[in-house]
Amino acid sequence: MPQLKEEAPTTSLMPNKPTKEQKRKNFKKGLNQWKEVLPFLILGLIGTGVFVIYPLFKGVVMSFQDYSPFPGAENPWVGFDNYLRAFEDRKFSYAVRNTVLAIVVTVPIVWFLGIFFASLINLTFVKFKITFRTLYYLPIITSWIVIAFLFQYLFASGEYGFINYLFYTKLGIFNEPIGWFQNQWTALVVIWLFHIWKTVGWAVIVYLAALQGIPKNLYEAAEIDGASAIDSFRFITIPMVVPITIFVIIHLIMGAFNIFPQVYFLTGGGPMNQTEVIQTMIYTEAFQHMNFGYSSALGVMMGIAIFLVTWTQQKKIGKQNYY
Amino acid sequence: MQQRVHFFWKFVVYSMLLIGVILFIFPFIYMILTSFLQGAYTLPRPHEVLSAKPSLDNYKEVWNNHNFARYFMNSMLVAGVAMFGSLFIGSLSAYAFARFEFPFKELLFRIFLFTLMIPLVLAIVPQFTVINSLGLVNTYLGLWLIYIGGGVVGTTFFLRGFFETIPKDLEESIIIDGGGNWRIYWNIYLPLSKPALGTMAIFAFSGTWDEYFVALSIIKEESLRTLPIGLMMFQGQYASNWSLVFAASLIAILPVIILYIIFQKKFVQGGQTDGALKG
Repeated sequence: MPQLKEEAPTTSLMPNKPTKEQKRKNFKKGLNQWKEVLPFLILGLIGTGVFVIYPLFKGVVMSFQDYSPFPGAENPWVGFDNYLRAFEDRKFSYAVRNTVLAIVVTVPIVWFLGIFFASLINLTFVKFKITFRTLYYLPIITSWIVIAFLFQYLFASGEYGFINYLFYTKLGIFNEPIGWFQNQWTALVVIWLFHIWKTVGWAVIVYLAALQGIPKNLYEAAEIDGASAIDSFRFITIPMVVPITIFVIIHLIMGAFNIFPQVYFLTGGGPMNQTEVIQTMIYTEAFQHMNFGYSSALGVMMGIAIFLVTWTQQKKIGKQNYY
Repeated sequence: MQQRVHFFWKFVVYSMLLIGVILFIFPFIYMILTSFLQGAYTLPRPHEVLSAKPSLDNYKEVWNNHNFARYFMNSMLVAGVAMFGSLFIGSLSAYAFARFEFPFKELLFRIFLFTLMIPLVLAIVPQFTVINSLGLVNTYLGLWLIYIGGGVVGTTFFLRGFFETIPKDLEESIIIDGGGNWRIYWNIYLPLSKPALGTMAIFAFSGTWDEYFVALSIIKEESLRTLPIGLMMFQGQYASNWSLVFAASLIAILPVIILYIIFQKKFVQGGQTDGALKG
C-alpha cells in the first residue's frame, strides 16, 4: 500500500524531546520504510555494491600490495612502494604531462567551438536547425575504435595520407609530407584533434538546449527598449548561460582528464611511451605488464585528483557518457 | 515585425555552419568512399578514393567471409539484453529514490553519485576477479552482470529527475482500484517517462555496443566475440586493406547511427522557428 508520509498521526502526539519510546518508533518507522522500498532498490544496490563499490575498494587495497590475479598468490603488502614507484617512472611523467596538456589544449577550443556553433544554429533566420544539430552530433555516437581507424587513415604518413595530400600536394602549406605518428608532438596534435572533433558536438547540443531555454520575452523586452543584437547577447544571453557554462567546463575537464580510448586506439602510447596518458598507463600496466598493484596505485592517485578537481561541483555533475 | 537580416551576414553565418558540417562529416564520406574501392592493399590514393564508385562487394566480403555476421549478432544480443536490464533495474532504483522516503536515502544517493566520478578502468581488474570467482568468464552472463551492475548508477541518476516531476495525484486512480507500488511503477511512472526512457535506452545500447575493454577481459572464445573486438582483431590482421577495414567499421557503426537518427527528434523540445531575436 502507498504510504502517506508527513500525515502520520503519531508525529502530532509526540513530545518535543526524543524519548526512548519515540526513538523506538522512529526506528520502526524507518525499518518499515526500508521494507517498502527494498524490493525496488535491492537489485540496484547489489549491482552497484558488487560491480562498482567493491571493485573500487578492492582497487585501493591492491594499490598497497604486490598483487597477482592468479589463485593462491600471496599478494604481500608493500606499503607505499607502488605510489613511490610512479615518481621514478619516466612513463608516468609523460602520462601526467600529456594528460594536463590534453586538458589545457582541448577544453578552451571545444568550449569555444561549442558555444560558437550553438549560437549560430540558434539564430532566428537559420533554417534546418535539426539537420545541423544531427550532423554535428554524429562524431559523438560513432565508436571510438572506428574513429581511431579513420584518424590513422586520414593522418597516414606519406603523400597519400589525406591530410598530407591536402596540405602538401594540393595546398603546399607543408614543406614535406608529415609522418604524424612518428614524432611525439605531431602525434599529440592528432590526439587532440581527435578528441576535439569527437566532443565539440556534445558542447553544441548542451548550449543549444540552454539557448533555446532562454525566455523569448527577455529579448522582446530588450528590443522594445532599443537594445542592439550585440547588447542582447551581452546582457541577456551571456548571463543566462553562465550556470550551464560551469557545467560544460567541468564536464570538458573531466572528459579530457579521462582521455583514454583516444590515445589507446590511436597511438597506443607510442612512439616510446611519449604520448601515454594516465588512463592508458593504468590499463597497460595491468593488462600488458601484469603490474596490478602499480596500476591500482596510479588509479587511486587519479581518483583523488579527479575528486579534488570536481568536489565543489559534485552535486551538479551527472555524468552522461558521451563516448 | 522582424528586422530583415542583411544578406551578407546570412551568407557569413551559413558559410561558417557549412565549414563545420564539412569538418564533421567529410571524414565519414571519405571512409564510405574508401569502403567502395577494390583490392586496396596499399594506402589508396586520395584521387582514387574521391572518384570511387558505389559497390557493396567489400561489405559482402566481410559479412560473409570474415565472421562479421556473427560478431554483429553477438553484439546485438549483448547490447540488447544489457539495454533492457539497465533500463529495468535503473528505473526501479530511480523509482525507489524518487517516490519513497527512507532513512539514509540522500547519503546513499551521494555514495552512488560519487562512484560516477571515478574512472572505470580502475574497476576492471576487480570486476574481472568477481566474474572469475562466479565462474562466469567467457559467458555473456558475466558481461551482462558488469554492464548492468556497473551502469545502474548512471541510469538511476538520469531517471530520478524525470520521475520526480510526475505528480502524485496521478496515483489516486491506481490506489482506488486497489493497486500497490508495483502497479504505480508500471502503469504510471514508466508510461509517463517514455522520452526519458527512450533517451536512456539509446545511451545504454550504444554504450555497450561499443564497449571494448571489459568485453576483451571477459570473452576469450572467438565465436563469442563482439563487434569492437572483432574489428580490432580484423584491423590487426588486414591493417593495410583499408577498404575491408572500413566496410567492417561501417557495418559496426550503422545500427547506432540509425537508432540516433530515428529517435533524435524526440530529444528536442520547441524553440525552432518562433521568437523574435534579431540576427
